[in-house]
Amino acid sequence: MDLRIFEGSGKSPGEACSCGSRGGAGSRPGMTRRSFLRASVGAAGGMAAFAAAISPLRELEAGDVPNLDAFLQKHYKEMTEEEMEAALARIRERVEQRYHVRPEIRDIKPMDGVEFVYALNLSRCIGCRKCVHACVAENNQSRDPEIQYIRVIEMPRGTTDIEQGDHHYDRPRVPDENHYYMPVQCHQCANPPCTKVCPVEATWTEPDGITVVDYDWCIGCRYCEAACPYWARRFNFTEPRLASPEEIAKDPEIESKRLNPNMSYLSNRPRPKGVMEKCHFCLHRTREGRMPACLEVCPVGARKFGNVLDPESDVSNILRTKRVFVLKAELGTLPRFFYYFDERDPSAEDLPAMKHGGRTAPAGDENGGAS
Amino acid sequence: MREYARFLVRCFRLSFVGDWKYYTWMFFLTCISLIGLNAYCKQFVHGLATTGMTDQVSWGLYIANFTYLVGIAAAAVMLVIPAYIYKNKDLHDVVIFGELLAVAVIIMCLLFVTVDLGRPDRFIHLFERFNFPLSMLTWDVIVLNGYLLLNAHITGYLIYSAYRKREPNKRLFLIPFVLIAIVWAVSIHTVTAFLYSGLGGRPFWNHAIIAPRFIASAFAAGPAFIILTLQVIDRFTNHDVPRGVFHLLRQIVTVAMTINVFLLISEMFTEFYTGTGHSFSTHYLYFGIGEHRALVPWIWTAIVLNTIALILLYLPHKNRGIWILNTACVMLIVGIWIEKGMGLIIPAFVPTPLGEIVEYIPTVNEILVCGGIWAFGLLLYTIMVRITVPVLSGELTADTLHPSELNTVRQHTV
Ligand code: SF4
Ligand code: SF4
Repeated sequence: MDLRIFEGSGKSPGEACSCGSRGGAGSRPGMTRRSFLRASVGAAGGMAAFAAAISPLRELEAGDVPNLDAFLQKHYKEMTEEEMEAALARIRERVEQRYHVRPEIRDIKPMDGVEFVYALNLSRCIGCRKCVHACVAENNQSRDPEIQYIRVIEMPRGTTDIEQGDHHYDRPRVPDENHYYMPVQCHQCANPPCTKVCPVEATWTEPDGITVVDYDWCIGCRYCEAACPYWARRFNFTEPRLASPEEIAKDPEIESKRLNPNMSYLSNRPRPKGVMEKCHFCLHRTREGRMPACLEVCPVGARKFGNVLDPESDVSNILRTKRVFVLKAELGTLPRFFYYFDERDPSAEDLPAMKHGGRTAPAGDENGGAS
Repeated sequence: MREYARFLVRCFRLSFVGDWKYYTWMFFLTCISLIGLNAYCKQFVHGLATTGMTDQVSWGLYIANFTYLVGIAAAAVMLVIPAYIYKNKDLHDVVIFGELLAVAVIIMCLLFVTVDLGRPDRFIHLFERFNFPLSMLTWDVIVLNGYLLLNAHITGYLIYSAYRKREPNKRLFLIPFVLIAIVWAVSIHTVTAFLYSGLGGRPFWNHAIIAPRFIASAFAAGPAFIILTLQVIDRFTNHDVPRGVFHLLRQIVTVAMTINVFLLISEMFTEFYTGTGHSFSTHYLYFGIGEHRALVPWIWTAIVLNTIALILLYLPHKNRGIWILNTACVMLIVGIWIEKGMGLIIPAFVPTPLGEIVEYIPTVNEILVCGGIWAFGLLLYTIMVRITVPVLSGELTADTLHPSELNTVRQHTV
């Protein structure tokens, strides 16, 4: 009895949906013509409004919607060799489609008995930012919007307090004599807060000490970006592009020319929008015995890179003999990125330069006086 | 089972029935929700570049709203505890509205997290490689969804029992769940606070007071929200809310707010008196750094609102009590929204860990998405209340018809 009554209820605008789907609602007893009209108008209006609301989705490009294989692709660590081959083939195809260049893409594994470490000589660095741009070119970073892994900070002499540095210094000539320069990039922490917080394990540390991101696994929550104490992570807030629209207007081929076709899965292959990326010590180069791009380009040799497990390597030597420090040691992140100054040569002009710093000298005096 | 399906169908129909006020309100909310959906679709296509977030300030309004709402959701227990543990009769009646609020608000929370994701399409990855127990975010996923289920069960069970005119089986289906929900409510808070306070690289968040302050401010804003909601229910439906409830809630709000202010003062003292590098973010929040002062007007508004609200709460309430209380509640809700949303999330990113100062200004699109989620949450809540009131009052049960349905019978016979 009740049920029949319900079927007849013709009060609401939402009703028309259900009635309409069954067809011939208007002929049903109990539904007055007026209420039926009202209901259908309401429902039609609702549908139209909904359609209008989701209309921006029409702008989605074919490439934005992953096909089933891409959607079902497994986490990096769970892929079999064949599955990895298939994933690489998909990437190859996408890159070819978009850039008309056939990339050389592989999944390069870490070498046994290797742990990479970086050492940066602050006495040498002149703040030219050549490393910044070499990195961008090597790793196919987005130029528009601009994504850079390395940040060079201009620091006033006399302090190591990073808050006093200038990130956006713009000088006709570097170095400025009152400043020194401190490049910062991912420190490849041995105890990284970033991998710990990732809810889906899209980022982890490889056996050779490099923290990587699986760009096909990251869900883009940006928790790791909040967790990194060295501001080393970069997010693709929109589709990365290798050139700005103006540049493309001038030279339509420019993106293809800029693309570095030598890629690997965990490093410099093109990234989609909405995922995290970061410095990976150029693992597609360094795992094959070459040096990172930033090191190769440095005009003053401020950068040293190598295997810390090899006692003969440059970096082992530096760690043994130089006064080395890491940023924010108190956080316990155990960076694999070390800074050092050249040893002071007691006979050299270094001494007046230290006085020049001003602040350290009087502070030292005070302490001396007090004790 | 059939009966249950019928119940759902009736509920669905009922949600489309009401007087012109109801229609206007629902129409308004639907419009705002659709505008929000539209804005989200734009974001989905163009990426999070449509928001004001940057690599420097990588969380913004979405996470701020999420944080605030977690607090509101947990506040439902502030009704449950006295009702079930101290057997406060007045409250028994209204507990269900608090829990329904929790359900609607948790859904809003989940929406806010979802719109914040760069790749919502990869949501499924959470089920395949869940970084539990290491990532606090996975804890949050568990406690929020668990809380949603718990409250949905409790309210659903109570309503359905009333609908079938059955005495709810308290021992088996209610009390154990209610007790779990109480503990759980504290956990959704604590876990959300740990999400922030666990990050060593962000000194603004990295201290132990975050979690207690979270709870204190939530137990002020949440019941304040419920006080207002209950009055709306009292006025616009035929459900009478006993006056004693407001008195009790007022006490809860007052105590919680006092504790909150005390914790705030302790925090400010430590930050400013010591004056270590730790306090840059706090400084930015309250006074700005150089010409970067985006948050300063906001936080001072919040402080003024909260202070006045607290004074109002302590004033003796006589005849006009309820209006004073309402003013205080509105002030608290807004004040705590600023303080806990914007004030807690954004300064942690300014300056960046490398000392760079970049300010965050939300975009219109981002604000529309937020508005959409709020409207959608209110829409859900309105529907839930719309259904619950006649069921509880016995107007809508398995074997009686609701007046709105009787209407149809009349039409039928004409
Ligand atoms: S520097 Fe940042 S991104 Fe790099 S490993 Fe450490 S925490 Fe992770
Ligand atoms: S942004 Fe990606 S890599 Fe970072 S925590 Fe979220 S899912 Fe993990």
